[in-house]
Amino acid sequence: MRVALFLTCVNDTLYPDTGRAVVKLLTRLGVDIDFPMGQTCCGQAHYNTGYRHEAEPLARKFSDVFGEYDAIVTPSGSCGAMVRELYPRMGERARAEGRGDGLAATLAPVVPKTYELTEFLVDVLGVTDVGAYYPHTVTYHPTCHGLRSLGLGDRPYQLLKAVKGLDLKELPGAAECCGFGGTFAVKNSDVSAAMAEDKVRNAGSTGADVLCAADNSCLMHLGGTMSRLHTAMRPVHIAEILASTQEEPLS
Amino acid sequence: MSGTFVGMPAFPKAAHEAVGNTTLRANLKHATHTIRDKRAKAVAELDDWALLREAGKQIKDHTLRHLDTYLVQLEEAVTAAGGTVHWAADADEANRIVTRLVKETGESEVVKVKSMATQEIGLNEALEAEGIHAYETDLAELIVQLGHDRPSHILVPAIHRNRGEIRDIFTKEMGAWGRPAPEGLTDTPAELAEAARLHLREKFLRAKVGISGANFMVAETGTLVVVESEGNGRMCLTLPETLISVVGIEKIVPTWRDLEVFLQTLPRSSTAERMNPYTSMWTGTSDSDGPQAFHLVLIDNGRTDTLADEVGRQALRCIRCSACLNVCPVYERAGGHAYGSVYPGPIGAILSPQLRGTASEIDASLPYASSLCGACYEVCPVAIDIPEVLVHLRERVVQGGPATRQGNKVVLKPAKGHAAERAAMRTAGWAFVHPGALRAGQRLASRTRRFHPRTLPGPGRAWSATRDLPQVPAESFRDWWQRTHGTKESGK
Repeated sequence: MRVALFLTCVNDTLYPDTGRAVVKLLTRLGVDIDFPMGQTCCGQAHYNTGYRHEAEPLARKFSDVFGEYDAIVTPSGSCGAMVRELYPRMGERARAEGRGDGLAATLAPVVPKTYELTEFLVDVLGVTDVGAYYPHTVTYHPTCHGLRSLGLGDRPYQLLKAVKGLDLKELPGAAECCGFGGTFAVKNSDVSAAMAEDKVRNAGSTGADVLCAADNSCLMHLGGTMSRLHTAMRPVHIAEILASTQEEPLS
Repeated sequence: MSGTFVGMPAFPKAAHEAVGNTTLRANLKHATHTIRDKRAKAVAELDDWALLREAGKQIKDHTLRHLDTYLVQLEEAVTAAGGTVHWAADADEANRIVTRLVKETGESEVVKVKSMATQEIGLNEALEAEGIHAYETDLAELIVQLGHDRPSHILVPAIHRNRGEIRDIFTKEMGAWGRPAPEGLTDTPAELAEAARLHLREKFLRAKVGISGANFMVAETGTLVVVESEGNGRMCLTLPETLISVVGIEKIVPTWRDLEVFLQTLPRSSTAERMNPYTSMWTGTSDSDGPQAFHLVLIDNGRTDTLADEVGRQALRCIRCSACLNVCPVYERAGGHAYGSVYPGPIGAILSPQLRGTASEIDASLPYASSLCGACYEVCPVAIDIPEVLVHLRERVVQGGPATRQGNKVVLKPAKGHAAERAAMRTAGWAFVHPGALRAGQRLASRTRRFHPRTLPGPGRAWSATRDLPQVPAESFRDWWQRTHGTKESGK
């Protein structure tokens, strides 16, 4: 099976540790993972801000770069949802605009092959115990796209519960949005900040020292809020927790 | 606070005020969390909720697709039952028709059943301008009216008020409208309800004209349906001599059988009740009972334009349950007034810019009043994909494009104020189809990381005002991969 890592532009630029963790984790599980250098951005920020036409070349590019692989793995619920949920919709809209089936046909092959990391581990590899060791108290924020668009369900919890040394605490109001929402965080910054503060407060009430999620953009927003509120808690991507072992603990 | 929404500022500005109001936020948080938890329990009781939701969606879609047929059928049935049907293209025409009908009765007072349609067209204000006093009889609408306030929730228009504020409004204002509040009124719910009951009873017994909306209209029989919790609606629907119902054309269901679905999904979604306490149905007039004259004013007011939009038309499925408001994290913090319309929350954010167009500042800002978290879609009993419509309307705001306004196909220009954003999106788009450019940008950011400011200029300031930025790493992932896996065959 040829497996490609779709890291996402945010992770590539700002969170390379998450990418290294995915490579380390999947290599440990026997997956030979490739990183196609032509990859850039799925176009989600464009699409969700109203620039669907500007997002189309990015979607075409994604299909071009990843089309030949058997599976595409991404450590981002929202970028995964962009491909799985919104690429088909982009194809439909192009068709409705009288531009034929071209875009739909171009994008169709990558849609079913794209997996968020925890889906890939549980559904494709069939593992929940990935042999990780992480001696911390952790609370998990499910993130909106992971929860509602992709329906990740209890997969991340199964994986975290199997991590040795990890004490998982339930997050009050887990299903509520953190307030990031891409350009929403800038366009409606007051509401966005109020949502983040509530999420950070709820996370703090669990007594956990780590806030975990499967999306670094939500963690960037929450981490930036934690830093400003001088919270002792740290944001950590689930890939980094799952990659951590007794021999090679997370730095 | 004035009684109308005209001239509202854009959503972010209005929300800024609300976010800073701690009393308002506490009231809203308490109310929305209570009702959302109760709703979740009421919905979980039904094994076939998903099927009911799908049935509701399909009935509404079918009706909207054949709206012309069902409207004609409805008109025939209402007329045959002794009613008169009036057609209003917009708010002004609807207000003119209702004003004329009231004047023909010779009355200068009307009692009103809670109705979103009459709020939408500003009927009370239009009647007042012609010397006709309209009295709201729903408890929450009464609070809003007495307080010279605006509604901030579809189902609970006074959700932003607490008991103490309501006591003060009753004590100060009731006397000017009719029976004053009792001496020494406290803020206990029972005393407040009793004060409202005494005040309203006087109105019910005196009124000769009642004005209502309707939750549903059954095409096959010409029957109108109002579901409510308090019973004051039924008083208005049965006691006056003349009844005028003002209803949006999208409120039709084809048959009585279709009501079965909505009479289950509406109360559970809105008040978390298995069944609402009062369901009133009326068909034309009857010699022996109830109003002897019945007028149905059917309003379009942007609905046909909305129906012409193949993505946005799903907003017309809405049954006004307000479940989307109660789960929305943005509504919870911004409050209903920030949406600048009688339709607040997620449904308001997609309905108002379609009914009114996106030309005003507030209407152009509404599609962005969401983080697209999807909680609204999840709870919607008629499965309106609100995030999908929000993104569709954002596209209309920033790119313009085809739309239907007042029945004419037009090509809208992009809204003002998005030129810089559009340029940035296009530049980013270009960089993203040229990985080399992305890589150059990443390297530049890495090399200059020590000099990055802690706060950002321009639009980014809004981010760095409350959140610290992440530090740019010394090496991007793609550079690390090239360095460590460079010899391996890598894709394009």
